[in-house]
Amino acid sequence: MLNYTIRRLLSVIPVMLVVSIIVFLLVHLTPGNPAFIILGEDASPEAIAQLEEQLGLNEPLYIQFFDWLKQVITGDLGTSVYSAQPVTELIFANFGPTFSLMVLSLLFILIISIPIAILIVSLRKTILDPLFTNVSLLGVSVPEFWLAILLVLAFGVTFPVFPVAGYMPLADGFGAWLYHLLLPAFVLALVEIGIIARMLRDSMLDSVNQDYTKTARAKGVRERDVLMKHVFANALIPTTTVLGATVAGLLGGTVIIETLFTIPGIGQLLIDSIHRRDYPVIQGVVLFIAAIYVLVNLVVDLLYAFLDPRIRYD
Amino acid sequence: MLEVKDLHVHLDTPAGLVKAVDGVSFRLEAGQTIGIVGESGSGKSVLAHSLTKLNPEPPATYPKGEILFEGENILTMDKKRLRSLRGKEIAMIFQDPMSSLNPVFKIGRQLMEAIQTHQKLPKKEARQKAVELLADVGIPDPERRMQNYPHQFSGGMRQRVLIAIALAARPKLLIADEPTTALDVTIQAQIIELLKKIQKKYSTAIIMITHDLGVVANLADRILVMYAGKIVESGSTANIFYDTAMPYTWSLLRSIPRLDAAGSERLLHIEGHPPNLIQPPTGCNFHPRCPFARDACLQIDPPLSECGTDHFAACVLSKQQFDEEKQAVAEQKGVLLS
Repeated sequence: MLNYTIRRLLSVIPVMLVVSIIVFLLVHLTPGNPAFIILGEDASPEAIAQLEEQLGLNEPLYIQFFDWLKQVITGDLGTSVYSAQPVTELIFANFGPTFSLMVLSLLFILIISIPIAILIVSLRKTILDPLFTNVSLLGVSVPEFWLAILLVLAFGVTFPVFPVAGYMPLADGFGAWLYHLLLPAFVLALVEIGIIARMLRDSMLDSVNQDYTKTARAKGVRERDVLMKHVFANALIPTTTVLGATVAGLLGGTVIIETLFTIPGIGQLLIDSIHRRDYPVIQGVVLFIAAIYVLVNLVVDLLYAFLDPRIRYD
Repeated sequence: MLEVKDLHVHLDTPAGLVKAVDGVSFRLEAGQTIGIVGESGSGKSVLAHSLTKLNPEPPATYPKGEILFEGENILTMDKKRLRSLRGKEIAMIFQDPMSSLNPVFKIGRQLMEAIQTHQKLPKKEARQKAVELLADVGIPDPERRMQNYPHQFSGGMRQRVLIAIALAARPKLLIADEPTTALDVTIQAQIIELLKKIQKKYSTAIIMITHDLGVVANLADRILVMYAGKIVESGSTANIFYDTAMPYTWSLLRSIPRLDAAGSERLLHIEGHPPNLIQPPTGCNFHPRCPFARDACLQIDPPLSECGTDHFAACVLSKQQFDEEKQAVAEQKGVLLS
């Protein structure tokens, strides 16, 4: 297991290298000049040229890339050309809200989709199952920004139960933190709830008539325990794969949700930096998101070995 | 102890209504072993599952008949009573030991579940009992094996674990649905020996479902031969093997390779397939494949009738007619007469 973990961690290096090349090219090939944006429309061409030189933007692209890569390897993601703050500092300052949002969303996903799936499977012979299949499809198909706006209108404006926007750090009290995050976290979770509940239902239906459930029933185990213990434990294995992708998907979803609810997170930082052509920050944030993505997948693979005793990595 | 009366089990499939069990009756006394023999699709597994109502519903329905266990009708029991019957009074083992254990739970847990479902025992005592059960069914080093997962056992060992699970609450009746089919021959013999040992030690009644007459030959007191959802012959094991009274049983016996006549005689090949149970043939279900068939067989669906002491057969031919004709058929087909 340890060997496997180390091997997997090492394999992160080439992945991150490729990601960094793509990010770098994407950012630098996007039209727009940071020097121009920083100095404003009235800046003289001389001033712009001077700033470009200062930022290293007049060097050939590959030199810029290797200069940046050298920094990244030493853990320095550079300095924002806009605020002159170190990028790592910016990321850590903005990660709290994003992390809070993701954790709360994930919690929503789990505590809603698991009972739904179990309920649907236990009532699989009734009308509820086809009904659920269609409703969950609806949940998956609804664009989250649209839903977010509707929910804000409903629970922020018409019935002002929740704040329309904003964020309070956990340090200011759990209640305030939760109060501000409930609505955005729910919106973020909703699409994924459909996917996970569907996946769990399918996997549970797959195993509900497996031979081992027959053995359990023949023992005299009650149907509820057959479902909750035997079937559920097996259905968790394929669902975990999807859950891994979901966590990664949440990270993407936060970009939209943070913008809509003005939560000062990573997504917000990324969007602002793109507007400002703040290359180092964009590169740093995307690289950071990619690293989290890879790590989440590693955790999922390690979870497998825990959930399925037939999987051993060494 | 167990009495099945005119049991009908239907499977409602998209292709039509399958009469999987079509009017089966038999009795089983305490401590007795009966073998139910038949081809794939003869309804023997559905029959076996019906005895504890384990057929998935839908598609299964029980339109007619009774299954009386110590006087109580299993088909009309409420869920709670049924659960307390399963495992405790009637236990079951299945065909495929590779898939009949939950792959993600340790076998100790699965065994203890069987014990604790019917007995309120502290964990430590249940554990101790589980270890004893494993030792009882011949698992070496049971203490350590409790911690293993199913995939760490061979097929034969898994079937032993499943037998241990079935025995956990000391059932009065053990239903074994093709317990040796998925195992290779030497392991088959070991499992049959184990079942014999259990039967002797605990005087458990056993219903052994199989397509292999050899499996029941030295295990069962009585044999029921099933064809197309019906019992076509029943009797003591000796009667079935040595005084066969029904063409289907006779054909089955002649399709088994025999060591004492190796090379000298041909094996009988039963032509065609078992009938489609959605639209069974008219008259006797076996007539399209029967070497003894005559015009009457297309019209008459013969009931099971007595043809000797404790011996019943469902055939248009009387036992005497059958005995007279089988020599000619055996010669024509080039198979052994007895």
